[in-house]
Amino acid sequence: MNFMASKQPENSLLSPESDSQRTLYPYVTGTSVVALKYKDGILMAADMGGSYGSTLRYKSVERMKPIGKHSLLGASGEISDFQEILRYLDELILYDNMWDDGNSLGPKEVHNYLTRVMYNRRNKFNPLWNSLVLGGVKNGQKYLGTVSMIGVNFEDNHVATGFGNHLARPILRQEWHENLSFEDGVRLLEKCMRVLLYRDRSAVNKLQIAKITEEGVTISQPYSLKTYWEFSAFENPAQGAIGSW
Amino acid sequence: MASSGFQADVKALQKHLAARHLIYQHQHNKQMSCPAMAQLLSNTLYYKRFFPYYSFNVLGGLDNEGKGCVFTYDAVGSYEKVGYSSQGSGSTLIMPFLDNQLKSPSPLLLPAQDAVTPLAEAEAIDLVKTVFASASERDIYTGDKLEIVVINADGIRREYMDLRKD
Repeated sequence: MNFMASKQPENSLLSPESDSQRTLYPYVTGTSVVALKYKDGILMAADMGGSYGSTLRYKSVERMKPIGKHSLLGASGEISDFQEILRYLDELILYDNMWDDGNSLGPKEVHNYLTRVMYNRRNKFNPLWNSLVLGGVKNGQKYLGTVSMIGVNFEDNHVATGFGNHLARPILRQEWHENLSFEDGVRLLEKCMRVLLYRDRSAVNKLQIAKITEEGVTISQPYSLKTYWEFSAFENPAQGAIGSW
Repeated sequence: MASSGFQADVKALQKHLAARHLIYQHQHNKQMSCPAMAQLLSNTLYYKRFFPYYSFNVLGGLDNEGKGCVFTYDAVGSYEKVGYSSQGSGSTLIMPFLDNQLKSPSPLLLPAQDAVTPLAEAEAIDLVKTVFASASERDIYTGDKLEIVVINADGIRREYMDLRKD
């Protein structure tokens, strides 16, 4: 017997007819973002792929963008939803600037805003299908946080989205330490991105690394990682038994 | 307030209660007692009875007389004052052990006997560490690190302990 039959109000997003008005699944997606804190600020890396299911549709998608003076946002998941989030943040920063009071939103505040947006959309069963990484520096304080499409949020010394959680975080847990130099930070990120390139089928070999410090944001020009395929296990993989991996 | 369950709901719930506590302090010029917060938490949870906070809570603190109290909740606000409790994925492993060690008086007794745990602080902390170490062995979701919050007349103190990282 159905005691709690949910009665749909007219404006509900849960009736069959309103499926056209909410996100059900993603279409064009970006894969992992990886970021870490280093001596002067935050380093973040993401490749430039925009996949349409299993097709590699777009190869020059910038998945990291500066936000205001103090923050850098990286996104994985639905690219159109990322663009929507950038429009929300644009308005947020605009209103912040229009106060003209010398104060500006720091990374902590932007992260909190994004958390509320993502969580509230999830509660309305119409999520923004993204996993976001928000990093920045303000008044010498470094900040690095993440929010997912269902509103799960936290901050840490290193974060990643998607496959990055499984492949990059363990590397970072072993090798990250306080006050990494810029070169060491980049080397560590490249190590993570290389593993992702080998093992994540949605990864592409065209990436950018972004740096944010008290001075500001720099996003590198796109470049590729060197890969090595001459491991002996890959030569004649059927020889041993069932495969090289 | 210790919460288990969906992290986004836990964070939202704790943020909500922290805001309500701040308002209380502004309006009453004092801290909320644990029984007062207990009722507020119950009401907050039941408010979302038909789209619940996926959060399983245990509330601990001091009442207006300075005595310790523990309240245990389900996701929609049912609550009860108890001498001890556990919630979350490891609770099925932990609760029977607590029942065994703390020998709570029967809830059927009249007059009702207060289930105050007859342990010293050091013994209680040791018990907490033991139960979490045990739960980590068999519950895949329990592990990495434990945070213990100790509340008494002297104030609030935190202790940390590493747990199995697998």
